[in-house]
Amino acid sequence: MTLGGTPPEQVQRRRAARRARGGVALGISTIWLSLIVLLPLAAVVAKSTQADFWAVVSAPRTIAAFELTIGMSLAVAAINAAFGTLIAWVLVRDRFFGRGVIDTLVDLPFALPTIVAGLTLLSLYGTTSPVGIDIAFSRWAILLALLFVTLPFVIRSVQPVLIELDPEMEEAAASLGAGPAESFLRVVLPNLLPAIVSGAALAFARAVGEFGSIVLISGNIPRRTEVVSVLAYNQIESDAPQSAAAISVVLLALSVLVLLAIRRLAPRGATA
Amino acid sequence: MSRASRLGLRTLALAYLVVLLLLPVGLVFYRTFEHGLSAVWYWISTPEAISAFWLTLEVAAIAVPLNTAFGVITALALARGRFRGKALLDTLIDLPFAVSPIVIGLSLVLVYGRDGWIDLPFQVIFSLPGIVLATVFVSLPFVVREVTPVLREIGDESEQAAATLGASAWQSFWRITLPAIRYGIAYGVVLSVARAIGEFGAVSVVSGKIAGQTMTLTLLVEQRFDNYNLAGAYAASALLALIALATLLLMTRLKPRRSEG
Repeated sequence: MTLGGTPPEQVQRRRAARRARGGVALGISTIWLSLIVLLPLAAVVAKSTQADFWAVVSAPRTIAAFELTIGMSLAVAAINAAFGTLIAWVLVRDRFFGRGVIDTLVDLPFALPTIVAGLTLLSLYGTTSPVGIDIAFSRWAILLALLFVTLPFVIRSVQPVLIELDPEMEEAAASLGAGPAESFLRVVLPNLLPAIVSGAALAFARAVGEFGSIVLISGNIPRRTEVVSVLAYNQIESDAPQSAAAISVVLLALSVLVLLAIRRLAPRGATA
Repeated sequence: MSRASRLGLRTLALAYLVVLLLLPVGLVFYRTFEHGLSAVWYWISTPEAISAFWLTLEVAAIAVPLNTAFGVITALALARGRFRGKALLDTLIDLPFAVSPIVIGLSLVLVYGRDGWIDLPFQVIFSLPGIVLATVFVSLPFVVREVTPVLREIGDESEQAAATLGASAWQSFWRITLPAIRYGIAYGVVLSVARAIGEFGAVSVVSGKIAGQTMTLTLLVEQRFDNYNLAGAYAASALLALIALATLLLMTRLKPRRSEG
């Protein structure tokens, strides 16, 4: 006993203690998550049953808001898939002055508060636009705001894959007679596709629930430029929490579906 | 690839970034400072702006440490534990990223508000605790998501070796695990702080927007904009944008070191 080393039974006891602490860690995180996230969300679901659920959800104003939100979010996902891939490609394969700065600034939409993003876009593309482009209070404004806040998703999911992808593959394709377009479509794109799709799905998920960047710029005209989260907010403000809860439950279901789809696409770690 | 098409792609990518990101952000800074620094200083030193600034910091100072502790503990459970329902926990952690901030605000009102599920002896909604809860909710996943992959990557051989050599679980955590994940934690904390300071939707539902009391910086921007006080809104925005830029610089510094021991 007094000689060095640890007796086997003590090691075993320590292992058991480690397992027990693992259980404590799991317990703490489960309780915290339940209190902060799950219990409140359950309250939303419970509240929605007090509303005339179908009447709220099938009201023309609600349906218009969902059509607008989902349509815009799909457009945003598609545009991000194209431009995000392009920007990632330029940042990885191209060399030019200021590339490092651009690479850093791509994350700005994640760091900038959404209300500031909205104000920012409004100052350039609103009624006082110095370049004469006034899209305030239109659907274009919503599209622009959503593109702004979702900019980093596809870029940041494609970039690491592109860095790993050997440029020699493209060169080999080129030496075998493939044009740049062909080599991109048949060699690069298939390798990038999972990252593009998962980035676009994250952008879609973000766009569906977005509020801050839209609320100043969209004008929030019911049935024209009112997205779902603004509609839910208006219901809360007009003291109709049941209706807000019913709308929220549909929105929540949509978020959970997208989340599960993303999990399928990228099993872990691609959400940051 | 020919030089011309390379230049073409570069131009297209940069044009997109300029139109969507750089021009608008640049213009806000220009608009903020076009009437000089003293005007900006005036609008960020009004009593309500100062109160909003301190409230915003106070909320972040409470929410971020809570989420950091939770984040490290949960990351340990996810990376080291073997239990049923792990995949479920792993998925549920991401919920705050997917749920609309308005739904988050509403959910807190329904639990802690008038006729809510939980009746606490102190006021939660339209008061500081509500704003903190909303902020904790929205920034919950960041530290977990940054630390879990680092823990997986470093493996648990060193921890096991420490245990074999007689270290207690605490000793092995403080001396082996924590130093190895410190940059991962730091990166998660930076992201959490940025989100905590910038949160708008969830906070706007629960805060009540009482000037000088429950008005955060982002809410102040909106309120000034709604009151046609553009100079004031721009000044508060510029302050937030500067915080965002500082965050960005920290992110750039920490990023390559995230998985470094």
